[in-house]
Amino acid sequence: MQRIGVFVCHCGTNIAATVDVKTVAETLGHEPGVVISQDYQYMCSESGQNLVKNAIKEHNLTGVVICSCSPRMHENTFRKAAAAAGLNPYLVEIANIREQCSWIHKDIATATEKAIILGRAAVAKVHLNAPLTAGESPVVKRALVIGGGIAGIQTALDIAEAGFDVDIVEKNPTIGGKMAQIDKTFPTLDCAACILTPKMVEASQNEHITIHSFSEVAEVKGFVGNFQVKIKKKARFVDETKCTGCGLCTEKCPMKKVPNEFNMGLDNRTAIYIPFAQAVPKVATIDPNYCMMLKNGKCGVCSKVCSVGAIDYKQQDRFIEEKYGAIVVATGFNPIKLDKYDEFAYNQCPDVVTSLELERLMNAAGPNGGTLLRPSDKTHPHTIVFVQCVGSRCDDSKGKPYCSKICCMYTAKHAMLIREKYPDTEVYVFYIDVRTPGKNFDEFYRRAVEQYNVHYIKGMVGKVTPKSDGKIDVQASDLLANEQLHINADMVVLAAAIEPDKTARPLATMLTTQMDTNDFFTEAHPKLRPVESATAGIFLSGACQGPKDIPETVAQASAAAAKAIGLLCKNSITCNPCVAHSDELMCNGCSSCEKVCPYGAITYIDKEFRMPDRTTKVRRVASVNPAVCQGCGACTVACPSGAMDLNGFSNSQIMAEVDAICK
Amino acid sequence: MNKNLKEQVLRSSGANVLKCMRCGKCSATCPSYDEMEYHPHQFVYMVEKGDIETLMKSESLYRCLTCFACVDRCPRGVEPAKVVEAVRLAAVRQQGGNRLSPDMIPDMLDEDLPQQAIVTALRKYAK
Repeated sequence: MQRIGVFVCHCGTNIAATVDVKTVAETLGHEPGVVISQDYQYMCSESGQNLVKNAIKEHNLTGVVICSCSPRMHENTFRKAAAAAGLNPYLVEIANIREQCSWIHKDIATATEKAIILGRAAVAKVHLNAPLTAGESPVVKRALVIGGGIAGIQTALDIAEAGFDVDIVEKNPTIGGKMAQIDKTFPTLDCAACILTPKMVEASQNEHITIHSFSEVAEVKGFVGNFQVKIKKKARFVDETKCTGCGLCTEKCPMKKVPNEFNMGLDNRTAIYIPFAQAVPKVATIDPNYCMMLKNGKCGVCSKVCSVGAIDYKQQDRFIEEKYGAIVVATGFNPIKLDKYDEFAYNQCPDVVTSLELERLMNAAGPNGGTLLRPSDKTHPHTIVFVQCVGSRCDDSKGKPYCSKICCMYTAKHAMLIREKYPDTEVYVFYIDVRTPGKNFDEFYRRAVEQYNVHYIKGMVGKVTPKSDGKIDVQASDLLANEQLHINADMVVLAAAIEPDKTARPLATMLTTQMDTNDFFTEAHPKLRPVESATAGIFLSGACQGPKDIPETVAQASAAAAKAIGLLCKNSITCNPCVAHSDELMCNGCSSCEKVCPYGAITYIDKEFRMPDRTTKVRRVASVNPAVCQGCGACTVACPSGAMDLNGFSNSQIMAEVDAICK
Repeated sequence: MNKNLKEQVLRSSGANVLKCMRCGKCSATCPSYDEMEYHPHQFVYMVEKGDIETLMKSESLYRCLTCFACVDRCPRGVEPAKVVEAVRLAAVRQQGGNRLSPDMIPDMLDEDLPQQAIVTALRKYAK
């Protein structure tokens, strides 16, 4: 016989003002199995909890129903109280009579009636509650960071600092990411390379950090604390362990007409290359699309000049497998392609460039050695027009719906740097809004206007027309002057929207993490859990989660590291016992549950069953990994034969609640 | 502000002027800009405010070439040319209607007003 205690909370006046709590307590006291029913002003308070604890001991309760706020608020509080009084915590049920009742109703009579119904449903459910015990699973003390930009580097350094081993997987030949391509950083205008490259070196020299450059994640299996990851080490045709990075091969390589992606294709590199002087690891890579030896077997110059014999034309892609306790995603961003914005003539005119291209044009290690020259005729530009929000803040059909966040600041930076270095240059910035929230950010933008005399014009550029004399006609609106302008410009710089890297979506599928419609990774809670994904053990770092500047990226990278360290510190983790399980006798092996499981927790196994006639038969049945299952319940709905059930939320419990409500 | 007129313009244009983020790209791209008293971005904003009678009286209505450059370039898909077209339609539709309604007359009457003037006021717009 069940002995159930019901506790009705006033929540001050939050509940008691709209619900007659005395009547609720009294009515529920007559429900079958209820031996005690009480109300109290604040059930979550110390004395309220003691009320529950004492009743459990005194009446030897087998189940507890708390009529209070949402279980999201205090379910854990009351579970702990029950456990302290010797009752299994999963025998506590919450009836939400605040958010779902008192806050949304005005009439006391109807609210009271509803509160009683909700309480009755919880009593009906608790009748069927079974004690559950949370299991434990061990934690592998090693982390994987996917992406070797500033976000990945910072996360790896912080995890290594705590004494755990970390692997960085970077798809490019060097770590460094976008920050390595940037010339100066806002709002302090210090040189990006000067602050980034020491961190890159630190990462390569740290005994806890292993860098897998020119590598990709190929497969992810397992669950929090115990991921098995297959990493593809792409063939670079150079033995990483032998190459000293002397660079002689890159000097002698006869194939010198390869677009240099590090300089955004503004100059050329050789087929065997080191992306930039401070690359980490400083190892050459052969581009098989251009190398004549790999394409038609004629050349071999690099192999002849290499004094350590590091060149290996026969190298193949290799796969390595490693186990990790935590995974941090730091896949970063890219500027969007501007092919569909014909009005800006980006594809017609070499002097219309993106901001990242301008970054390289102004960089001392860039194609012009740091002198700003027009790409078309290598002359100094005297009038430069910046266009903001190219592809950002658009209708879905026209571009990205979000604000790319970093463009206002880097454009102010570019404008200021140009005015500083070439005071004879007129700089125009067309803006819709100038968005500069951030420490010292608005001051920075104001400096561009007040000190450097950059012409900020409220309005948008409508049309860019390259002219036969090499100039560019920029037709734009000046909304404050209410006129249409024509600017005779030498260069146009487009602040292209940024988007998540293309590798992010297939990676999200492998990790069974969620993404939004823009392919940014979704955080577990937009405010309170911003660096965790909804999948346990997967953390988010940097622009893969949303547009971010460098200070924010570094802050988030360290936050993600802290969360990963918190996980790695544990020897084992407690699992949520409210997980799915399948009744193997009822399972017909249809795979419906496997298909809907967002966490990859369900696998199918072939199992031997004894038949009534004493023969055995092998049947394909679903098996749930309780450490991976998050208890979402999707499988229980998808299962056509009713074999899937969720601990703590079983089909019979849900039906009992429905019956109680409909009674 | 004439709510019915605004409603009519919004409905016949099919455009959602609330999507406008006031970037002015429509006016930046407009080939008839210099001919217009009210420019495409002002059309959108004035329709949002419900200030449609002013637009109906403006010659700007007939300076729009309906080239659809603004529709093509608008980052928010507001379709300004369709808004202009809808205002133009509203102006065309009022033709044939009365210049005054009879119940507006009592307020206008004074001793010196010749009867002929009242009759004139009741004339219809040209068809």
